[in-house]
Amino acid sequence: MSKMNMRKAYGEALLELGRDNKSVVALEADLGKSTMSNMFGGAFPERYFQMGIAEANMISAAAGLALTGHVAYASTFAVFASGRPYDQIRSSVAIPRLNVKICGSSAGLSDFGDGKTHQSVDDIALMRVLPNMKVFSPADYYETKKIVKAMAEMDGPCYIRVNRNDVPNVTEEDTLFEPGKAVQMKDGSDAVVYATGYMVYQALEAAKILEAEGISVRVVNLHTIKPLDAEGVQAAAKGMKGAVTVEEASVIGGMGAAVCEALAEGPAESRVRVLRMGIPDCFGTSAQTYEELLVEYHLMPQDIVQCVKKAIV
Amino acid sequence: MPYTEKELHDLRKIAADLRADLIDMIPAGKVGHLGGSSSIMDVTAALYFKHMRVFADPKDPRRDRCVFSKGHAVLAQYAAFAELGYVSREDLKKVKTLDGTLQGHPDMDHTPGIEAVTGSLGQGLSVSLGMALGLRVDGSDSRVYCIVGDGEMDEGQIWEAAMASAAHRVDNLVAIIDRNGVQATDTVEKVLPNGQIREKWEAFGWNAIEIDGHDMLQILEALDAAKQCKGKPTAIIANTVKGKGFPFAEGKAAYHNAAMTEEEYKEALSIVARMREEV
Repeated sequence: MSKMNMRKAYGEALLELGRDNKSVVALEADLGKSTMSNMFGGAFPERYFQMGIAEANMISAAAGLALTGHVAYASTFAVFASGRPYDQIRSSVAIPRLNVKICGSSAGLSDFGDGKTHQSVDDIALMRVLPNMKVFSPADYYETKKIVKAMAEMDGPCYIRVNRNDVPNVTEEDTLFEPGKAVQMKDGSDAVVYATGYMVYQALEAAKILEAEGISVRVVNLHTIKPLDAEGVQAAAKGMKGAVTVEEASVIGGMGAAVCEALAEGPAESRVRVLRMGIPDCFGTSAQTYEELLVEYHLMPQDIVQCVKKAIV
Repeated sequence: MPYTEKELHDLRKIAADLRADLIDMIPAGKVGHLGGSSSIMDVTAALYFKHMRVFADPKDPRRDRCVFSKGHAVLAQYAAFAELGYVSREDLKKVKTLDGTLQGHPDMDHTPGIEAVTGSLGQGLSVSLGMALGLRVDGSDSRVYCIVGDGEMDEGQIWEAAMASAAHRVDNLVAIIDRNGVQATDTVEKVLPNGQIREKWEAFGWNAIEIDGHDMLQILEALDAAKQCKGKPTAIIANTVKGKGFPFAEGKAAYHNAAMTEEEYKEALSIVARMREEV
């Protein structure tokens, strides 16, 4: 399976959007090389705004650009794109439902070396609780590209979290992307694993191991965390002995919490036991490699295997 | 641009009418931002009724934009909108009520003429910068006017926006600092002194002009000078009096957001009646 980079997907999608849609503008906060929004800047300097290390100003200025009819993409690291300018997103952007598209780059633990200040464990929960906000968490390069482009067509604010590292593709260039739809990646009959972001790959790997042990697992990719495809989530749990959610973010308020809410409020036959995997109620830490962190936080395929076994007991 | 005595007179008359509308919105016992709305009222009159490009359709793309970053002074804007016919006098009476349309802070959903959601202080200047950039990208000659409170300058985001506006050379952006010297709980001097305001804006790369914010001619001339200034944004530091026009409230933090007593309300009514006659 080929590995590709989601940040590159973001930069490429932005560049293509810039060519196709003159109303697209981009803002950056001195991390454009890293978020790869600089690809857009190189091609369309008059529509690319360097705002310096001042994320609050960047978000509110993006609102101003949206108010003059532009689709404004603002990107920086996920921690600085969500929590730091939270009230600017809330007040300047979300309340008036403006066309500001926020990219939280180097999300989750993916900025492995930089440690807890740079690792976004809370961005999904923060963005999910905001009225009018849509929240996306793509699984790979291709999905990132499709979401970044689709966001331009959506009315109102969007947040997308993007992994820093090269990750294996679990979808293909021509895979249909439908915003707001839960995607069954693999069918199974004993347990369902809901995953988002890079964890979709980890879940598929776990399913292979479990399959070999005689446990049949359905894997669902939730690239859209809000609005959640509640019906899709409920349907996927029907008849299962248990469910597991896995995300590279805090287990509080994130995708797993959203799944629990949907299942608890759903029909009786969907109310299975759910175990949530993710970052427990804590911050990240520095490591020499991304994989070291995924091992440390129990987000490897073997961890999912163990959790599924617990869930179906 | 020279202004005739009649033009200035007419504007002063409008400012008096707007203050009358303001008092209508906050009868005795109803809490409202009297202080900060009346300090910016003369500037509001000059902007909407003389300087800015304003149309019957509040969404006309050729319009100039006015953003009250100090969103709590939105009552001044509502008064102007009533005069412009964007909202009705009935709407004014229902301000901040469940069945009314005029919210406690600027809300684009409810009020034609409101350009941005503000009220969470510090954000309006950044939004205005984004508008100025957007208008420039589109080749529009519309201008953006942002009302900033002097207390609001406590917010760090104001200075982020100040730096970025100078860096992007948005000469279609004007910040008007309503320097009334009083914030929510006390004087600016006591809460968090903001020192040499004019020099600060100049140091951040802005063209800065200091005026008496209640002198109609000075206001208009400063706005015209800002329009002439190329390559940098302009900050107009308007020295004002919080609660201007209402002696019981002038310069007092207690009237930042308070209800008038019956007596004060009666006094306010007779003051605005007198203002309208005297002008």
